[in-house]
Amino acid sequence: MTLKYRYPTRRCISSASQTMQTTTLHIGCAAGFSGDRTDVAGPVVDALIACGGSAVLIFETLAERTLALAQLARRSDPDGGYEPLLDDMLRPVLARCLAAGIRIVSNFGAANPAGAARRIAALAAEMGLPSPRIAIVEGDDLSRPEQRAVLGSVADGLSVVSANAYLGAEAIADALLAGAAIVVCGRVADPSLAVGPALAHFGWARDDWDRIARATMAGHLLECGSQVSGGYYADPGVKDVPGMAQLGYPIAEIDADGHCTISKPPCTGGRIDTHTVREQVLYEVHDPAAYLTPDVVADISEAEVTEVGADRVRLTGVRGHPRPLTLKVNVCYQTGWLAEGEISYAGVRAEARARLAVDVLRERLQGIGPLRADLIGVTSIFGDDAGRRLEGQPPGNARDVRVRVALKHADRSQAERLLREVTALYCCGPAGGGGVRTALRARLGTVSCFVPRDSVPASFRFIEGSPP
Amino acid sequence: MSEAITTPLHRAAHGRAGDKGDRSNISVIAWHPALWPLLVEQVTEAAVTRQFADRRPSKVQRYLLPKLHAMNFVLDDVLDGGVNDSLNLDSHGKALSYLLLDLRLVVPVELTGYLVGSEEQV
Repeated sequence: MTLKYRYPTRRCISSASQTMQTTTLHIGCAAGFSGDRTDVAGPVVDALIACGGSAVLIFETLAERTLALAQLARRSDPDGGYEPLLDDMLRPVLARCLAAGIRIVSNFGAANPAGAARRIAALAAEMGLPSPRIAIVEGDDLSRPEQRAVLGSVADGLSVVSANAYLGAEAIADALLAGAAIVVCGRVADPSLAVGPALAHFGWARDDWDRIARATMAGHLLECGSQVSGGYYADPGVKDVPGMAQLGYPIAEIDADGHCTISKPPCTGGRIDTHTVREQVLYEVHDPAAYLTPDVVADISEAEVTEVGADRVRLTGVRGHPRPLTLKVNVCYQTGWLAEGEISYAGVRAEARARLAVDVLRERLQGIGPLRADLIGVTSIFGDDAGRRLEGQPPGNARDVRVRVALKHADRSQAERLLREVTALYCCGPAGGGGVRTALRARLGTVSCFVPRDSVPASFRFIEGSPP
Repeated sequence: MSEAITTPLHRAAHGRAGDKGDRSNISVIAWHPALWPLLVEQVTEAAVTRQFADRRPSKVQRYLLPKLHAMNFVLDDVLDGGVNDSLNLDSHGKALSYLLLDLRLVVPVELTGYLVGSEEQV
């Protein structure tokens, strides 16, 4: 099935009513994933208000599998399926953002942008605020059976939970140009949350690849929240970060050419220097000359970072190339069960007793499929599932060891055998084993494919009841 | 080369690991520009492939960013299928930057003043 691309790419930039802005755009980011701290937006919004000019607040809350979990949530509650922490994220700052004209752009709509938008409208009403104009971006969700043909053969035979295209920035920009105070998206590429506002603010041509690439890298630096401002960086004595319990979330100041300076609110913890920014600029990048998004192919191979003040770093040297002709689609599907169990040994010969426990488990669970075994306190993380690293390591004398075993199985009752066998070690295992914990989880698999851009209709609309 | 010491890479560089599917990318960023040529010379695709032998990468690719004094490694098929498939506690491979930073580096004595941390923390 070919769906008509009903999104008028050039409409807004050709509109005579739009004027080119040359003033700086400030974009603050108050979430880097679903589950991030919910008390960080306040200082960001205060700083954006203090800056005075045009400002946008973004929340990035969708990791690869978050959408699948949201789809499952929507199945059990048709009004659910959006970011569970939506209220906690917005309540502290909604009034100030609306009063100061700070627009909010987020992918916290997840599997149900319309549901999230209705909840925000209700929240505003509960708080006694004037009704905001809320737009939703649609078109990413390709999970309905009649859309399966768009995906080609990649989903054949799979028990599909979610299928979403990574949309770009244009529908976000159009929604902002049409006057949205809040734009609620599902799956859009993370940097597009910043590119959309930049396109709307500066009125760049939508094939101005250099500027779009620079805004994309600003969005890339923002999209993981505190990961650019001292989060995920600290290593005591070598990479010290002050005030990690009160990290300041990042703000990008974007100029008319798309170059950005990253800073954070005053009186917050964290740090921004050329080291934190370099770690984040390469985060989840493959070829630095070709960072692919729906909006552009960004080239950071000649990028430079400069400290321009305390906790202020400027990124320059980013170039852009024409955007890809296809959009990436992630398909999540149900794929059986993950079983995990743990038990601890301490004191003399703890490691030997832990190794014996693993041997016992391997024998008891023979034939069920590959069993991963880790000795936490000896080797648990650097090794692969086949256990080559632990095998190659001569037994030692670790005195505080936690055995951790895991397996996956299509059949729930088979997976549950691991839980029972680990529990049985209380009485049947080596001496002094304690602290058994077991867990059984449904597994979700992911496959990706690329689909022609014009087979994915992206658009925005205002929700019913939005003021004109 | 004049006199030199052997020391772990983490004294000369820092880095961060990210994942997409069954692919890990790990940045290696020089603590000081003076150390950059050493990294280019010694932190090679072959050296990183050896360092990750237990993970059996099907391909290791290095990208250089000389203006950032940084390099980006892309390691294919090192995550046991990726975050949804792996049985590893760290299914994202978030800790793998520290496996790479354990690589041994030969540093001429005249450059040891640029190293961070101490020799005890190996």
